[in-house]
Amino acid sequence: MTVHHHPDPATLMSYAAGSLPEALAAVVSCHIAMCLECRAEVNWLEEAGGALLDGLDGERVTSGAPDVGDASALAVRADPRPRSSASVPSGDVPAPLVALVGTDLHAVKWRRLAPGLWHKKLPLSKAGGGDLRLIKVAPGLKLPEHGHGGQELTLLLDGAYSDCFGRYGRGDIADLDEEVEHQPIADPEVGCICLIGIVKPSRYKGWMARLLQPIVGV
Amino acid sequence: MLTLVHDDRLGSCQISRPGVRIRRESKRIMPVSTSASAADADLIRRVAAARDGEAFAELFRTYAPRLKSYMMRKGADPTTAEELAQETLLAVWRKARLYSDTKGSPTTWIFTIARNLRIDRLRRETPWQALPEGHDETPSDDIPPDEAVDLDVRRTRIRKALATLPAEQHEIVVLAFVDGLSHNEISDRLGLPLGTVKSRMRLAYGKMRGFVEDLKEL
Repeated sequence: MTVHHHPDPATLMSYAAGSLPEALAAVVSCHIAMCLECRAEVNWLEEAGGALLDGLDGERVTSGAPDVGDASALAVRADPRPRSSASVPSGDVPAPLVALVGTDLHAVKWRRLAPGLWHKKLPLSKAGGGDLRLIKVAPGLKLPEHGHGGQELTLLLDGAYSDCFGRYGRGDIADLDEEVEHQPIADPEVGCICLIGIVKPSRYKGWMARLLQPIVGV
Repeated sequence: MLTLVHDDRLGSCQISRPGVRIRRESKRIMPVSTSASAADADLIRRVAAARDGEAFAELFRTYAPRLKSYMMRKGADPTTAEELAQETLLAVWRKARLYSDTKGSPTTWIFTIARNLRIDRLRRETPWQALPEGHDETPSDDIPPDEAVDLDVRRTRIRKALATLPAEQHEIVVLAFVDGLSHNEISDRLGLPLGTVKSRMRLAYGKMRGFVEDLKEL
């Protein structure tokens, strides 16, 4: 797969640092599952995390090492979370998403938002502000021109769309900040399915409502 | 509203309110030499191969204080921070046989474990960050010698790159990696526009990348 559009370097750096908000980190982890280049970038960025950890002044630790001779310390509870490793191929769905939506994007239980537009909201941790959802757009549908209240990451999982920045196909990511306005048009043959993560400043509400307003006339 | 942030470890004092900013340069986090890296990798291998409690205790002595400090930087109280440091090292014990130093230095591997744990416990969000590729899924392979050399060089170069970053870029990298702050949080903390935070981070990224981009692994 050839990926043409990648996250902003500042997005990748925060991802490797573990400080990217959850909704955005989810989208980047899916992109990385599809993009060898960005995986390599994150790899060397993590080395910076290691170097900085090495350089920290330690705090005094009052307890000793856990007693690993004790069998109970080894009774490992299995980690129930999906491994977000890139190495598991799963058809159209990047590995980190499989636990949430299964392996077939077309079998997702879509909810219709407007003619030609469907979505599925994906769960985030309670503390994680923001919004994560899948969007499915019918072939040729033109979304109204819209801006973004905060940073928005859109990953193309299937099909394609075009806007003033170019054509986005499978694996491509659009990393848009609050200053950007765009008007995406879904591919006339196949439409598109995207994963969209957004963080919004508290003053900004109802981005979906704003996006849909011109379509559904609410 | 006046905010005074004082941090002894950083040796920095910042006063920020609209129109007023006084900032002293913070002390640099200087990573320790990479020679420790090979010794630590060896300790992890001993834990993996022989469940060597001595080796584990040594890893604990080296890393627990820094890990406690790392957890406290994100706001954990000393007791919680120490528990999280313990938990990180228990994960090192459990996953030791998955460690392979073809993918990064021991401290980078430990950083990624601590990073994910910190997101999970302190931010109460799902960590979408993968551990360095391969660590989770596959046991160590033998290291092709030329790659091992490249990775050692990369380790050293990343440390050099961090040391040569201009102070204003270095500060932002530390806030992202060590303090775990998002772009918005860094912008609030430093009283800088979001755009400035991102552009400094991009500059830091570009500069660091320049140090490693000729390496084969990248």
